[in-house]
Parts: sequence; structure tokens; C-alpha cells
Amino acid sequence: MGRYLIRRLLQMVPVVIGTTLIIYAMVWALPGDPFAGKCGDRPCPEAYVAAQTAKFNLDEPFPVQYAFYMGKLVTGDFGETFSGRSVIEEIGRAYPTTLRLAIIALLVEIVIGITAGVLSGLRRGRFLDNLVLVSTLLVISIPIFVVGFVLQFVVGIKWGLAPPTVSGNAPWAELLLPGFVLASTSLAYVARLTRTSIVENIRADYVKTAVAKGLPQSKVVGRHVLRNSLIPVVTFIGADVGALMGGAIVTEGIFNIRGIGGLTFTSIGQREGATVTGVVTVLVLVFLLANLLVDLLYARLDPRIRYD
Amino acid sequence: MTDPMARTSPMTSSSVVAPTAVHGSQVPPQPASGPAGPSSAAPLASKDKPRSLGSDAILELRRDPIFIVASILILFLVVMALFPGLFTGTDPRDGDLSLSRDGPSAAAWFGNDIQGRDVYARTIYGARASILVGILATLFVTLLGGTAGVLAGYFGKYVDSILSRLADIFFAIPLLLGAIIFLVSFPNDGGTSDIAAILKVTIALALLGWPSIARIMRASAIQVKQADYVQAARAVGAGNARIIRSHILPNGLAPVIVVATISLGLYIVAEATLSFLGIGLPPQVISWGGAISDAQNYIRQSPHMLLFPAAFLSVTVLAFIMLGEAVRSALDPKLR
Repeated sequence: MGRYLIRRLLQMVPVVIGTTLIIYAMVWALPGDPFAGKCGDRPCPEAYVAAQTAKFNLDEPFPVQYAFYMGKLVTGDFGETFSGRSVIEEIGRAYPTTLRLAIIALLVEIVIGITAGVLSGLRRGRFLDNLVLVSTLLVISIPIFVVGFVLQFVVGIKWGLAPPTVSGNAPWAELLLPGFVLASTSLAYVARLTRTSIVENIRADYVKTAVAKGLPQSKVVGRHVLRNSLIPVVTFIGADVGALMGGAIVTEGIFNIRGIGGLTFTSIGQREGATVTGVVTVLVLVFLLANLLVDLLYARLDPRIRYD
Repeated sequence: MTDPMARTSPMTSSSVVAPTAVHGSQVPPQPASGPAGPSSAAPLASKDKPRSLGSDAILELRRDPIFIVASILILFLVVMALFPGLFTGTDPRDGDLSLSRDGPSAAAWFGNDIQGRDVYARTIYGARASILVGILATLFVTLLGGTAGVLAGYFGKYVDSILSRLADIFFAIPLLLGAIIFLVSFPNDGGTSDIAAILKVTIALALLGWPSIARIMRASAIQVKQADYVQAARAVGAGNARIIRSHILPNGLAPVIVVATISLGLYIVAEATLSFLGIGLPPQVISWGGAISDAQNYIRQSPHMLLFPAAFLSVTVLAFIMLGEAVRSALDPKLR
């Protein structure tokens, strides 16, 4: 177990280096003046350009620039934006909102998705099953920005049940609707995945044994079928944690939420290289750790899986 | 990538249902199993002629209503993309400001947009960009991911290590975020032609999408290369190229086709999302994403501007996902 964990953590190192290198290269090393438009309608003053060039080592060759950046990143220094704000503070300000949004989305996904999947898997071929299959297919096909606008308009404006936009400090209650929108696609995937998995497992010999020895239905499903069926679902949810935190750009935009998605989008637009690389580094780390956590969870769900 | 990661591998958000390694355990396409599925005894096939997985799947598909509906929809959409003139005589670029944001009427079935252009004509013409991006992105992803997966799985050792780490890197970058950064880094200017803009979006999606196909192909290659018939082929002197062509590729093909078809729909969504954010296709390319983006500020007053392109977009994605699902259930004997 310990050795497995260390090996997995070591495998993350090249991935983090690779992703930051790619993003850093795309943001910094490409043609185009990084100072274009930074100082309003006039060209930037010499002194400013010189100071920023020194700060980001822009006159060094690209590998050296990147090495300097990584050297600081390893010590936890994410650098500063062009206007001198600390990148890690910017991320720290935006992250709690995104985290709350992601937690709501994750809960919606798990509770509604798995319930719908279990119900439809147990009643294969019946009305409820078909209803779940058709409605999830529809949800997957409708792009999230359409879902967002329609729900914002119907629930937020027409019915007035939820605020159509989220205020600055983003309290939990206001994030419910956006969280639901963010979860919609994954919710459908979770439901379908659970259903397929249940349908596959319900015919297994161990289920027949459990029924034969007289276990009540709830125990057969809860203890035997569900536990074995959840592995692919947990895998999906683990991969989705990373996606929820990085993929919220659209949802945050529609509902005017000041989270990581919005921060990333504006930073990319303003070519704030330090912020973009910093955010991507954080997101990749979250993604990798979530996946590792899922792999460790397998052993809990299925004792046959051992890591040594 | 070892043990448990292999389980996680093909599970990306781009697959509707886990296309897990189960496909690899299927009978290889060439030798047909004597008695096919008990219930699928088709009257068409004669008893003595062995049926392959492929022809079995085709028989299965012909009877699947989902497959038929999806195929008709896709055929319809492809014709729309190729010959938009068949569906409308109106010029989609012809704007009349006095008609701005007019609702649906007999003259303009879907109403007019903010520039007074015909929404119906623009929706018809918008099919081309979406379908082109979807097909090209899927093609690139399959070629890139398939090659990488076969090489990594078949040759193993350091080839596998390098390619798998590379796949991990691109897999870890969120699709939308990576594509935005790519497109902002290589911006369009006035001289960018429509097709160049479409290709750029395609490349961005392909660069970030190939690892999922690579992982499926790699898993299947690893499984097949130890099989007895591959050893036998090698013993009688078949070279690497021959083994890959006639044993490794056919075995990995089924799951790859399924995932590729389903992701085609999802690349169309991704393109629309990028265009919606204003960085995918430039405004001169007529696209559903662009139309929805233009409509977003008027959703309260003129919902028709948003609903019609959104409906076409959703139906297109739905058609491709349904096609993928139908192919999956035809190719996966476990679900019969």
C-alpha cells in the first residue's frame, strides 16, 4: 500500500511538469507582444516594460524562463500578475466559491444520479427504466449553456424561485440552481452508468446465491449488487471532480459567479500568463489527487483489489 | 500506468456508458463461434456459414429502431450540411434591420435575428460547421489515439512509458480550458479563412481528446498480443506490421468505434461551447454556437433566436449519441 502510494505520487510528477510546460509555452512563448493593450491606448512606458521583463525573465530563452517559474512554484510561490497582485491570493479568493459550487453539483450527481440509475436498473425494460434512459439521453444532448439559460429564465425569472444571478459572496442557497445546471450532464452519465452496471451484475451468481439463502431484497441490492456495481460509477465521479472544478467556465459565466472558471477566462483573455499557469497547476493537482483517491477507494469497495 | 489505472482508463466524460475493457474479451472477429446468440438466430444466415462478430452486429443493427432513427437523422443532417440550398432559398447573410428580432412568421419560419437575418436559413447553413468539426475532430482523435495506443500496447517497455505519460498529461488538462488557451494563443485574424478557423478548433479538440482512444486501444493491444493465435502467427513468421494489421487492430476496433461515435456528438457540443464563449469559430462562419451566443442577451424578449439553433444542435448531438449506443449494444454480446 505504502509503496503503491509512493509510486503513484511519483508518477504525478511528470504529468504536472508536462501540463505546466504546455500551458506555460502556449501562454508565454508564442508570437505577440505580451504588453500589447496592457497600458490603455498608449504603448507601455520603457520602465514598466523593463521591470516586467525582469520580473518574468522574458529576455531569457524559454527553457530558462520555465525553469525559473517551476523553481518558484515548487516552493509554493505562484508569482504575481502584471499589476502586482499575488496569484495565489487571487486563486484563494475565487476557490471557495468554486468549491461550494462543485460540492453542490457533486451531491446532486451522486444522490439523484445513483438513485435514478438503481431504480431503472432494477426495473429493466419497464416504464421507469425507459423514462430514465430517454431523459438522460436528452440531458446529455442539450449543451450546458442552453440548459443554463433556459433554467435561469424559467426558474430564476419566470417562476422567481431562485435568484437568476449570484451575489458577490455566493452563499450556498444561491448556488443551488447553478450547481444543478453544472451537474446536469454528469448526472445523466452517472444514472446511465449505474443502470448498466446494475443490469450486468444482477444476473451474477452471487446475487442468485444471496436471493436463494433468503436475504431480503434491500440487503441483496444494498450489500451485494450496489457495492459491486459502484466501481465504474466511482471512477467516473472521481474523474468528474477535476472536470467540475475546471469546466465551470460556462456555468459561472451564465450565473455571474466569481469563481475559478471566471478567473481563468478573464486571465486568458488578458494574457495573464502567471494566473493561467497557476490555475491550471492547481486544477491538474486536484484532478490527479481525486483520481488517486478513487483508486484507493476501490480497495474499500472491493476487497479483492489489493495494492502491493 | 499500471493496475488500477487500467480500470479508470477508458472512463472519460466522453463516453455515455463505460466502454470498459469487457470489449477486449470478445471473441476475435475472424473465428466465428458456432452457435451464435440463442435468440439471435437470424433466418438470413445459413446454418453452415460461420458468422463473424461484424456481420452479427450488422444483423442486430438492422433490427434496432434506435439505429434506424439515428441513421435517418444523421443522413438528413449530412445532406443539410452538404447542400443547404435544398432546404432554403434565403441568403443566410442577408440582413434587413427593419426585421430585427421579429418572431416566427410565414415569411421567416424561425423568425429573424438581431441583424434581421433569417434564423431558419442560418440554422440550416449552421449544420455545416458543426458536422465538419465533429467529423474531423473524431477522425483526428481516432487516428492519433489509435496509433499511440497500438504502439504503446504492442511494443510496451519505454515506448509504452513515454506514450502513456504523454497521454496522462493531455488527459489531465480539462478539455474546455485547454481548447480556450490553445485558441487564444493562435488567434484568428482578418485573413483567416473559414476552413482554417474550423481546422483550428478541430486541432484544439483533437489534441486534448486523443488519450481516451489511446487508452482503449492500448488495453486491447496488451490483451491480444499474449493470445495464442498471435504467438502462432509470430511462430510462422508474421512480422510486427502484419500482426498489428490483422490481429491487434480488428480487436480494438469495436470499442474504439463506439467511443468515437459517441464523442463525435460531444465534440460538436464542445465546438458550440467554444463558439458560444466567442473564441471558437469567428462570426463570419455561420454556426449554431455562434447563433446561441448572439441570442443570449435577448432570451427574455426573443427566445426564438436561441431555441431554434439550440434545438438543431441538441438533435444532432442526440443522433450521434444514439448511433453510438446502438452500435455499442450490437457489438457487446454481454448486453444481448
